[in-house]
Amino acid sequence: MPAIIQINKLSKIYAGGFQALDTINLSIDKAEIIALLGPNGAGKTTLISTICGIINPSSGSVTVDGHDIIDGYRHTRKVIGLVPQELTTDSFETVWDTVSFSRGLFGKKPNPQFIEQTLKDLSLWDKKDNKIMELSGGMKRRVMIAKALSHEPTVLFLDEPTAGVDVELRKDMWNLVRKLRSNGVTIILTTHYIEEAEEIADRIGVIKNGQLILIEDKVSLMKKLGKKQLILDLKENLTDLPSELENFDIQLKSQGMRLIYTYDTTEEHSGIAALLQQLSKLGIQFNDLKTDQSSLEDIFVSLVRDAV
Amino acid sequence: MNRYAISAIYKFEMARTKRTIFQSIISPVISTSLYFVVFGSAIGSRITEIGGVSYGAFIVPGLIMLSLLTQSISNASFGIYFPKFTGTIYELLSAPISYYEVLIGYVGAAATKSILLSLIILATAGLFVPLEIAHPFWMLFFMVMTAITFSLFGFIIGIWADNFEKLQIIPMLVVTPLVFLGGTFYSVNMLPAFWQSVTLFNPVLYLISGFRWSFYEISDVSLTTSVTVILGFLALCMLTIWWIFKSGYQIKK
Repeated sequence: MPAIIQINKLSKIYAGGFQALDTINLSIDKAEIIALLGPNGAGKTTLISTICGIINPSSGSVTVDGHDIIDGYRHTRKVIGLVPQELTTDSFETVWDTVSFSRGLFGKKPNPQFIEQTLKDLSLWDKKDNKIMELSGGMKRRVMIAKALSHEPTVLFLDEPTAGVDVELRKDMWNLVRKLRSNGVTIILTTHYIEEAEEIADRIGVIKNGQLILIEDKVSLMKKLGKKQLILDLKENLTDLPSELENFDIQLKSQGMRLIYTYDTTEEHSGIAALLQQLSKLGIQFNDLKTDQSSLEDIFVSLVRDAV
Repeated sequence: MNRYAISAIYKFEMARTKRTIFQSIISPVISTSLYFVVFGSAIGSRITEIGGVSYGAFIVPGLIMLSLLTQSISNASFGIYFPKFTGTIYELLSAPISYYEVLIGYVGAAATKSILLSLIILATAGLFVPLEIAHPFWMLFFMVMTAITFSLFGFIIGIWADNFEKLQIIPMLVVTPLVFLGGTFYSVNMLPAFWQSVTLFNPVLYLISGFRWSFYEISDVSLTTSVTVILGFLALCMLTIWWIFKSGYQIKK
């Protein structure tokens, strides 16, 4: 299947000399959900803004749905919807008017039924005649999404869509994202909430200092980089780690009351059985045992730290 | 051409006028009526006629031109500056619309509003003084061309401005004085020879003169000169806008 978005050697250097994007290469398939993670100022918003046409690239190229974003901007922008990070709305407009305006701006014939359905899907229908200034922050965020969806885009960029919204709205948005994807919409989102990426993304990209330092399938990323640990709470404390356990990646913690064994989930044998046998031979007894897996957040923090 | 986008921008801007009807329409009409009362009565009692036209009627084209110029600039500059100020410009920049379509939407709406306002002021003036329009075509020509040209000029100001002070500085400190000193309330022939020569450098003089000619067939400069000046200024504004769009000045990073 040809990629819906193809980014080749994309770089952006601002007038002051700051390099916001550094030779980004990325290919995104149709109906994929990609989460872009990265610290503040990493270049996530610049990347999105460049693809959407808000910022001019310094070099490289981007195609969306087979069209170049500069030469074929009329086509590429027609298929893209953008929910920006900031709540930038015209305060004095009504919800209905501003969403209808967006549809027209993106070259679509008026379609009141579609706008009505979009507002209903986003629980905005009863607010349609309200001025935007009268809405809460969460409602304004919904309006921004309604505006982005008003022209029926097939590619949707969500720049920190759930920043500052409550848990309920965040879950609503995740459901909406999944529903859009099931309708064939490709979604690229930036987020600071690792759990958001973990929850809804198919692939994770990490951007740091304008470079895409990683792009990987979420499950295999967690498998590849995710460490698993077996934690044993001992009945009696150990003063030192017995020499028989030196071949295991094991640490003695909590004043000798806990053993932590780290193993690789991709290995054929985890070594757990051998460890338990050895402990039995040594007469080391334990009260409890549990396993723990590193989260995407741990992976992200370790990647960003390593890339410094 | 993305006609739906042009229509969306145009309707959005016209809707803003509806929402701010007092500021957009009623306020300029009241101001202009006050000019009639103050200047028409105070000065009109001392200057009864200029070129065979009563003073009250003489100042009508100048007053219309004053509103036309200032409102065209204000409508267009505010129209494009406000999305920059609020950040909603992201939507314009990411939409499948060319710069020229954006321009048609904003300038079209700004010019429409100022023309409507001018026609209202013209009707209001008819309540104070007897009016005659000798050349309706030329009257409309000057009205429409001035509205478009100064809306383009306002659009340039709106792009250039990065704060509200800059948005106001050109209309307040340059345009309004030029209109007042361009023969709105007098004929340049009434000035001493030196000031007559100085006034000839004021481009607004040519607009008012041509516009007044279309009413009463009296003018300070020839019709051809007036038409040339307005077309020249239109070309200059178009050239500047072409450069702005080409370079992305104050629009795109």
